[in-house]
Amino acid sequence: MKKVYATADEALEGLLHDGMFIAAGGFGLCGIPELAIDALVRSGVKDLTVASNNAGVDDFGLGKLLATRQIRKMISSYVGENAEFMRQYLSGELELEFNPQGTLAERMRAGGSGIPGFYTKTGVGTLIAEGKEVKTFDGEDYILERGIVADLSIVKAWKADDTGNLVFRKTARNFNPPAAMCGKVCLAEVEEIVPRGSLDPDMIHLPGIYVHRIVEGAHEKRIEKVTTRQKETA
Amino acid sequence: MPWDRNRMAARAAEELEDGMYVNLGIGIPTLVANYVGDKDITLQSENGMLGMGPFPFEGEEDPDLINAGKQTITELARTSYFDSATSFGMIRGGKIAAAILGAMEVSEKGDLANWMIPGKLVKGMGGAMDLVAGVGKVIVVMDHTNKAGDSKVLKSCTLPLTGKAVVDRIITNMGVLDVVPGGLRIVQLADGITEDEIRAATEAAIVA
Repeated sequence: MKKVYATADEALEGLLHDGMFIAAGGFGLCGIPELAIDALVRSGVKDLTVASNNAGVDDFGLGKLLATRQIRKMISSYVGENAEFMRQYLSGELELEFNPQGTLAERMRAGGSGIPGFYTKTGVGTLIAEGKEVKTFDGEDYILERGIVADLSIVKAWKADDTGNLVFRKTARNFNPPAAMCGKVCLAEVEEIVPRGSLDPDMIHLPGIYVHRIVEGAHEKRIEKVTTRQKETA
Repeated sequence: MPWDRNRMAARAAEELEDGMYVNLGIGIPTLVANYVGDKDITLQSENGMLGMGPFPFEGEEDPDLINAGKQTITELARTSYFDSATSFGMIRGGKIAAAILGAMEVSEKGDLANWMIPGKLVKGMGGAMDLVAGVGKVIVVMDHTNKAGDSKVLKSCTLPLTGKAVVDRIITNMGVLDVVPGGLRIVQLADGITEDEIRAATEAAIVA
């Protein structure tokens, strides 16, 4: 089956409907699926629920889909870098479900692994625990969290072969593997599609079984906070 | 003279022991890395890295290499990368020896609030709830009082909690306190701070 598409717009054809649930990879602006986000903006699909650790910044990343009001609900752990997000949330236009970061990652991993729920200590005794089942194991309380299964996953990797085996680069891996795993369909965008057989099978970060469509393209890879140090003069 | 940010960070660094895997929060905790000296400490960044190196030299920033505060960083010879689920597996699983975090409020029972001011600040908890629930030792570094002079070391937190009964040790500009049964115990006074002064600035119960 052919997985490689020429553009993200073509790769998303037939997959989109209003009100759908999308899981997105990335941390901050690092390793975010830029091409898929732009294609979603162009598609006009709306009332989206998006599970993503962050919500981009005002003019980049998921911030673009917030600016066009295509997102109805976000499931995130940290949204502090986006003023438009805050405005929509505080005015009640946007629904927000805060998940602890590790809980969000595990919900994706679990959902993609056939695990509908799991117990975690994270959030016990906090707002996060409200309305959730509490169970005691060996004298300690844990809360039940649900696995996530998304209609569509959009992720960004460094390299792929045409079967969808993915290799990520440095901390741009982050949420991409668990986000990819939890999608009924996963679109992976990469900087380079390499010939089958050129990736070392022992060095594949995410096997192609999780990846259904692939697109190659140039990425802006914007840096959110450039921090540097001075070279010491000897 | 109470301790300044750097002195607090240096004091927090004394908590770290050779061989520890440690997660440092944003703000003063980040400065702790400057004071580990010769100790063999591996820093975890919860976005998926063990062995976090210093900031890059100008012109050498890599957009694919950032820390949990979204700052550009570098790798070391020991560095490994992994995904977010694996990262929080090691946090939740108790593999990280200690986390050093900032706080808005801490209670005498070790409750911690550092993620939300209702109606004002709704940025999110990021990985803080996972860290305080999972790591071996939770060390809070913060000013003892807020800008208005009110104690941040309270009988019970007024803000939404990050974790309940999770803090082990509190390092402030006035000294070091441990969470013990019945309240807090003074471990150390900052230079020039008297016991009466730290007691006066602390709403929480201090046990002998």
